[in-house]
Amino acid sequence: MSGPVSVHQHARGPGLFGPRRPRRAREEGARGALVAVISTVVFAGFALWAILTSEAWPAVQRQFFSGFHFRESFPEVLAGFWLDVRMFLLAEVLIVVFALLIAMARALRGPAFFPIRALAVAFIDLIRGIPIILLILLLGFGVPALQLPGVPSSELFWGITALVISYSAYTAEVYRAGIDSVHESQRMSARSLGLTQIQALRHVIVPQAIRNVIPALLNGFVSLQKDVALVFVLGIREGVRAAEIYNARTFNYTGYIAATLLFLLVSVPVARWTDWYTERDRRRKQAVAP
Amino acid sequence: MTAAAAPKLELRGVSKAFDDKVVLSGIDLVVLPHEAICLIGSSGSGKSTLLKCVNLLLDIDGGDIVLDGRVITSPEVNPDEVRQGMGIVFQAFNLFPHMSVLDNITLSPRKVHGAARHEADARAMELLVRFGLEDKAEEYPDRLSGGQQQRVAVVRALATEPELMLFDEVTSALDPELVAEVLDVIRELKTEGMTMLIATHEMGFARDVADRVCFLDAGQILEQGPPAEIFTSPQQPRTQQFLQRIVDAGRL
Repeated sequence: MSGPVSVHQHARGPGLFGPRRPRRAREEGARGALVAVISTVVFAGFALWAILTSEAWPAVQRQFFSGFHFRESFPEVLAGFWLDVRMFLLAEVLIVVFALLIAMARALRGPAFFPIRALAVAFIDLIRGIPIILLILLLGFGVPALQLPGVPSSELFWGITALVISYSAYTAEVYRAGIDSVHESQRMSARSLGLTQIQALRHVIVPQAIRNVIPALLNGFVSLQKDVALVFVLGIREGVRAAEIYNARTFNYTGYIAATLLFLLVSVPVARWTDWYTERDRRRKQAVAP
Repeated sequence: MTAAAAPKLELRGVSKAFDDKVVLSGIDLVVLPHEAICLIGSSGSGKSTLLKCVNLLLDIDGGDIVLDGRVITSPEVNPDEVRQGMGIVFQAFNLFPHMSVLDNITLSPRKVHGAARHEADARAMELLVRFGLEDKAEEYPDRLSGGQQQRVAVVRALATEPELMLFDEVTSALDPELVAEVLDVIRELKTEGMTMLIATHEMGFARDVADRVCFLDAGQILEQGPPAEIFTSPQQPRTQQFLQRIVDAGRL
């Protein structure tokens, strides 16, 4: 659904690192940028000098920043990280859908829907009250141990399930904030046209609600992208676990640095993109506002 | 219109309070088929609440609302089904900002009345042409003037082919020069014989279009009658006062 506003905003949309400024400010800013670069180099140089000349640095370098161990550990850490990426993608899709259903259940009104509403509230309160790592441990080790017939016994399955459940509770609250932000008159207007509560939510309230909370949803994406690594406690061989195994074998921590770099490689661009999107969205809204 | 016709809508002793504040107290009103009734009265007199009660958007505390001989305020009646037979237009337009004009209009025909997309579109275009809005079909509401938005809101309500239309101060949020285009739409509906309940501050319009004018004061219909009577020789002191203020403000 392309909004009616955008045309000349694309030309002057926000830059990758924040709002793009008008030309004059940009030209004046060229000198400012030079100053910024120099001061950064000086500051970083000093910090680096302080670290590199410290007494313990040679030992730390051997343990954490060994070129040899980086090359050695990288393939297995990367293989594990690829599992992190896939878990993230799968979990995110499930969370976006599941959380929306919970939020809609919570938004239903009238005494007839009380049980559904109560269930949604109970789910959100309970799940948000449990540390995510505990939920992963409980489901990941607990459910397979029950050996129920027909129930998957894979730790990976239950690890992802725990992530989906936990994040859905938080994401449902994000959606709820969005639903609450749509003015009551929209609901009234939809109902007056004969739409049922659920139709009004689906066609009128939720589409507007989602637009209002996209930045908050994206923020959740960034967070999940790292939290998938928590399933390592179940012994699942994802990126962090692979680094841990390398460490156990060689007593060298460079594998952790390799894993850190891989996570940064994904999460920093996602964070930048989120910022860029949020800024563009904000401008669009301002352009529309009366 | 024959006096013997069964009422289209009837309010019997309808009362409504928000917390402790009584907004409607014992409203009795009969609306015959094809009748246009204007509700006048100062802000807070209960006009808007009355219309929202008729549309079942608000629950009433006492009395009955009867549509086509059926008590629609009884608990076993499905309000969604009742609303399918009537349209309401609000003061603030309340168009759906994320949908084109055409989608705003066809949403209910498609989702509630089960019309196919092409049927609903064709019917919507007919209505848009009739009200001079055909070139706005693909626009989004925020690109339209207030008057255009309100006309779209009327078309949206008409698209479900209601037999009763409720208008809730539909010109109060408009710039003065845009008021006429919206009132003309209602006038046209009157010539077609639409049954209408119209809350309005436009006294000139009420005098032209209404078969009957009801003066609401503090949640009661204090006085009602043909516009000629109400506007020229009101009986109640409160009505006289209200109309005098309108005249003083140069609005009648």
